[in-house]
Amino acid sequence: MSYELVAGLETHIELSTKTKIFCQCTTEFGGEPNTHCCPICMGMPGTLPKLNKKVVEYAVKAGLATNCKIRNISKMDRKNYTYPDLPKAYQISQFDKPICYEGFIKLSSGKNIRINRIHIEEDAGKLIHERGDTYIDYNRGGVPLIEIVTEPDFRSIDEVHEYLEKLRLIMKYIGVSDVKMQEGSLRCDVNISARKKGEEEFGTRTEIKNMNSLNFIAKAMEYEFGRHVDILESGGKIEQETRRYDSALNITESMRGKEDADDYRYFRDPDLVNIIVSEEEIKKLKDELPQLPDEKLDIFINEYGLPKDDAELLIKYKKIAEYFEEASKDIKNKKLISNYILSQIFRRMPTDSDKEECSISLPPEYLKELISLLENKKINSSMASNALEKMLDTGKPVSEFISQKDMQGIDEDTLREICMRAVTENKDAVDSYLGGKEKAFGSIIGYIMKETKGKADPQKAGEIVREIIKSF
Amino acid sequence: MSKIKHLQKLLETKEITCIELTERYLQNIERQNKVINAYINVTAEEALETAKKVDERIAAREKLMPLEGIPMSLKDNISTKGIETTCCSKMLQGYYPIYDATVWETLKNQNSVLLGKTNMDEFAMGSSCETSIFGVTLNPHNTDYVAGGSSGGAAASVKGNMAVYGIGSDTGGSIRQPASFCGLVGFKPTYGTVSRYGVVAYASSLDQVGPITDSVEDAAIIYDCLSSYDPKDSTSVGSKISTRDKIKDGIKGMKIGIAQEFFEGISKDIKTSLEEAIKVYQDAGAQIIHFEMPKLNAVLPAYFIISCAEASSNLGRYDGIRYGYKTDSYKDINEMICKNRSEGFGKEVQRRILLGTYALSSGRYDAYYKKAQNLRYSIIQDFKKIFESCDIILTPSVPVTAYKKGKALVDPIEIYMMDICTVPANIAGLPAVSVPCGFDKNNMPIGMQLIGNSFEDYKVLNAAYQFEKLTKKTGVSYTGPEVEI
Repeated sequence: MSYELVAGLETHIELSTKTKIFCQCTTEFGGEPNTHCCPICMGMPGTLPKLNKKVVEYAVKAGLATNCKIRNISKMDRKNYTYPDLPKAYQISQFDKPICYEGFIKLSSGKNIRINRIHIEEDAGKLIHERGDTYIDYNRGGVPLIEIVTEPDFRSIDEVHEYLEKLRLIMKYIGVSDVKMQEGSLRCDVNISARKKGEEEFGTRTEIKNMNSLNFIAKAMEYEFGRHVDILESGGKIEQETRRYDSALNITESMRGKEDADDYRYFRDPDLVNIIVSEEEIKKLKDELPQLPDEKLDIFINEYGLPKDDAELLIKYKKIAEYFEEASKDIKNKKLISNYILSQIFRRMPTDSDKEECSISLPPEYLKELISLLENKKINSSMASNALEKMLDTGKPVSEFISQKDMQGIDEDTLREICMRAVTENKDAVDSYLGGKEKAFGSIIGYIMKETKGKADPQKAGEIVREIIKSF
Repeated sequence: MSKIKHLQKLLETKEITCIELTERYLQNIERQNKVINAYINVTAEEALETAKKVDERIAAREKLMPLEGIPMSLKDNISTKGIETTCCSKMLQGYYPIYDATVWETLKNQNSVLLGKTNMDEFAMGSSCETSIFGVTLNPHNTDYVAGGSSGGAAASVKGNMAVYGIGSDTGGSIRQPASFCGLVGFKPTYGTVSRYGVVAYASSLDQVGPITDSVEDAAIIYDCLSSYDPKDSTSVGSKISTRDKIKDGIKGMKIGIAQEFFEGISKDIKTSLEEAIKVYQDAGAQIIHFEMPKLNAVLPAYFIISCAEASSNLGRYDGIRYGYKTDSYKDINEMICKNRSEGFGKEVQRRILLGTYALSSGRYDAYYKKAQNLRYSIIQDFKKIFESCDIILTPSVPVTAYKKGKALVDPIEIYMMDICTVPANIAGLPAVSVPCGFDKNNMPIGMQLIGNSFEDYKVLNAAYQFEKLTKKTGVSYTGPEVEI
């Protein structure tokens, strides 16, 4: 009997606002423990939260970029639970009136993953276990998060993977998060269940908590789905429970059952007032949104004529896509630019984070200048490649490496002279060519290129050589 | 007569130095506090230091700020940087805040002379200071009686001449009730006009800071200083009206509303006293309007559910990990937190945390918390309607006068009932003042409460001020406090 996987995601994304959600402390990652804290984010008696406006703006942008509706009036609620990393013993979150709701992200297959809601909340601190003792670092406490909750629309691990990549890219493009998974700025809870293919009803689900790597999410889901199928196959029943993924053993294990689930005693936080976002503000934020990755992809493919794979590689990194756009402005042959970026320039940025940062020192205008010389046949491709290497080494413009004279190429008389010499001095090659060996022609052109130090236009030289040979 | 104005005049004309004035109050504390137990922490050194600064400014002919140089007290739930702030709970003994509450910051900037922190019911939960870990505060008017609560220490500090004024907090009557018991003026401003930042929360949507004084004018002066917008408090709106000037408007044509429901079950003495007060107003040209308040009986349960629910969440942070009481031995983190809380909190606090937790828990939320919130909303609407035809509502402050020490804490429900007159103003966020209006057969003070519409604090204080003035003149059984220096 074959089974189908059903999954839904709750994704927490740390927003990249400068200050925390309810106080003026920095949100910077790291720092000596408990140095990015103040009485407010430490929940000292008597302190009160004050909602950071930027957090609301960022959340609304995230909602707009994922096709959500935006609530004009929402509120903050308290989620009460006791844990040492939560200094107030409640997390300020949103319960029944999330700021964004009913959105979707479209997968490449055309299928929509529906987003149930996006809400704002604060992060907790971190427990550090060392030498048998437990320490608490509250630096992360009060860092703003959005939680993006999908409907149970996933039917495969690949869909989950694509969704998360897309989500990550969107958040990066709109500038609301750095989404650095290794720093925990994107964390995922996966709700997963299995059902017999063709069945309508969902199976009992389990929730795998708090994963921060795409790789682990895939592995955990694979394991958990397998576990569900094994239990169902052997006639067993799935317990609704919360589980954690142990990456060292590549298994999931039970954290707590349904009956041990916390009663969070949600209620409206009386210390905070309504969050009001007017239609004008929503419009303003919408206008501020940059072109989203999917729109860019469409333009790159359908307007610029790039192959899909190339376009995807370019949009995968926001800064690279922007670099490409800058460099290819007014250039007709956009693919030429894309080719140079994806080959020669990418070699200079071997790691993901290099590409993320677009870590080369060459301004895109300089690349454009070089390519327009090539496009206008002022230089040839081998000159262009050579010059680009030097430009990438130094960050200097093409004029530093190719002189005005070089760019003008070689006048026709001189070229004709050299071609004549090439024909007379390569008798053997000419004979082989006349004998039908097309290859031999290349060696004649090679001679010309060598003599002209690469300045000659090989096509033009070819024409002249054919002319000379014909006239013999 | 404003004691603050009187004393500032003495300071400015150099009839007394601020150090001398402060020392006199410190002597009064030294002499009486052992019996009265108004203060749980006397900050003599800081007080004299500030006094010295004030004297230097007077010597330099600087103009005094409205509260400058006036010796005063703060309730122990108001955060004072570097000065222990315990909320009179074992849980917070040894807790020294690292920041100042906005109200204290404001007062400090005015060179207010802080004499010390005053006694209160633990976390402001109670109405006699008997839940304080430091024990009950006695009524300086007659030490056989309690001073009331929860701001009992604040009231006793003023009544016992151990402070010119006391700053208290009022969640369900905690300023007005002790003011009434001690024969003082206790003012709870409109919710949002005085910052709550740094005031240790009991019930966030009900808590409000205000003064206890022995004259209405002093209350107005203090209120004017404290009522400004505080960006640190999201619920703060501040107030731009100068109440101090407005209180001297006449009351001719003022419409005073009276609802029979507030007068049910009160003693004969209180009834008589209030009837006399109503007559005073009528004679001065005010118009009496009768209305009904059928939901009054429902206000108390709504209040208790909301206040306990909020308290259960607000007090969750006291786990003994970062500050506060810590038990001696424990197996693991869970046992540590359980023991810290079971040993650190008193009975009444634990009772209210349990009640609140219950009211918010899943499956009970609708029947309790939601219902209480709906009721709260409808009471607010009722008040809105009433204030369409009245300027002020007149009620007793408390259904009883001060009780004898040791008599309280028998039946919690009975004690909760004592808040029936004061709680509606908190539930609806309205300004309300308690002013002395007479004495009962045991010569214990009786308080009259005046409630106003939101942000019409000046009307409340105006009505109180006029009453104070008129009764002195007409000689109704009211003996106004004299300035004794």
